[in-house]
Amino acid sequence: MTSETGTPMRERRSEEPDVTSLETLEIELLTEGVYRRYGFDFRDYSLPSLRRRLLKRMQGEGLGSISALQERVLHDSAAMERLLLDLSINVTAMFRDPTFYQAVRSHVIPLLRTWPFIRIWHAGCSTGEEVYSMAIMLAEEGLYDRCRIYATDINEAVLEKARKGIFPLAAMQDYTGNYLKAGGRNAFSDYYTANYEYAIFNSKLRENIVFAQHNLVTDSTFNEFHMIVCRNVLIYFNRELQERVLKLFCDSLQRFGVLGLGRKESLRYTSVNPCYEILHEDERLYRRIA
Amino acid sequence: MKPRRRPALPLPPDPDLVVIGCSLGGLQALQKILTRLSDDVDVPIAIAQHRHRDSSSMLTDVLQRSTRYEVSDAEDQEPIRRGRIFLAPADYHLLVGDGVFHLSTEGPVHYSRPSIDLLFESAAEAFGERLLGILLTGANRDGASGAMRIRRAGGGMLVQDPKTAEAPAMPTAAIEEGAATRVLLLEEIAEAIDSCCVRRESEGVR
Repeated sequence: MTSETGTPMRERRSEEPDVTSLETLEIELLTEGVYRRYGFDFRDYSLPSLRRRLLKRMQGEGLGSISALQERVLHDSAAMERLLLDLSINVTAMFRDPTFYQAVRSHVIPLLRTWPFIRIWHAGCSTGEEVYSMAIMLAEEGLYDRCRIYATDINEAVLEKARKGIFPLAAMQDYTGNYLKAGGRNAFSDYYTANYEYAIFNSKLRENIVFAQHNLVTDSTFNEFHMIVCRNVLIYFNRELQERVLKLFCDSLQRFGVLGLGRKESLRYTSVNPCYEILHEDERLYRRIA
Repeated sequence: MKPRRRPALPLPPDPDLVVIGCSLGGLQALQKILTRLSDDVDVPIAIAQHRHRDSSSMLTDVLQRSTRYEVSDAEDQEPIRRGRIFLAPADYHLLVGDGVFHLSTEGPVHYSRPSIDLLFESAAEAFGERLLGILLTGANRDGASGAMRIRRAGGGMLVQDPKTAEAPAMPTAAIEEGAATRVLLLEEIAEAIDSCCVRRESEGVR
């Protein structure tokens, strides 16, 4: 918008914007800058948790505003690395939410059995704990040999950990409890070798897993799957991005394929809802019917 | 005619959301408040009660018996609606966005997930002066900094009088921070909610 004298016209703005909307503006500028400088796209992330994590990084850097943080991450790629770690939430555990695995055992495994070859996409797999959990369960059900699991994440650093399949030994007590609650049939310790403070998982579990970088925000579908697992990833996206990713899952699922979401994620408020029927209400397991 | 002005330290007139934080002893305190709440109040209520990560629907069921509000665990993207009580689900943080709730699994804050601070902070950002916060009994410091954020954003903040709290540490921390608009006995809190959540029909223009 330009007036005849060449001076840009000034739109009316209130003199003192409240702190919140100013901060929101700064967040938009930072995510835009990060996207154009580094290609990481956080522009459609859910604002409340994005704000929180940016403020945390800002304090960690000893800075006084989001704008100052923007300046630093644009000029200093090491600061960007630190921000990236703060922005990727990597909370996971083996057999996390054991009842989910129970429900997969009882409601999904029988469906998977009907296919001669089974492709599973675990989107947002983080350091891989839940992927190995799925592999263990499939092995116990005698299905693992005809499965291929594609485990993807945006973050190459966590994938590198996932590929190794080495987890802290201290966590195994918790995980054993989860495994048993999930309906595990063997001794959990059969699946790993303890080595000093680490548990090294049997490499056989990894044979049919492909770990690969995939960005749900920018990348498209890469196969047709019988099951897609994406738990507690969508909650970090805003509604538009959630819609886009759910559409991507729809396009990537075979008819009668199964979608598994996090315990408090739901298709109810989304446009893809009519494409699915509910397989298990509490554990958010859906089957694509259209 | 009713007086049109409210008492000295004002609470937000007709807030659009009430957020409540509580920990040890919280269930009993919540029951007391909810049973006393007047029948024609329907402001949406979001609650972060510290709970174990494996906790079942027990909390929902118990609270449901104390109120005619519909009580449920909040889901991601669930619209914030009147006549509803939304609980922070076990093992998730509950965040308030623009008309909807968001969930997060980021690390515990003050060893807690759900965290009261996160609920309060996000609600303060989203609702500003249209927010009423309430901090009840609890044994740690969660909620104090969130309560300050509510105050700074122009919202009102009721804090349970530590004398009436099963665990006084949490309300005490918030009072020491200077976050309380009012410090009230547990029995007075429902009435304070009633008094600012005026019914639209009876009170006209504001």
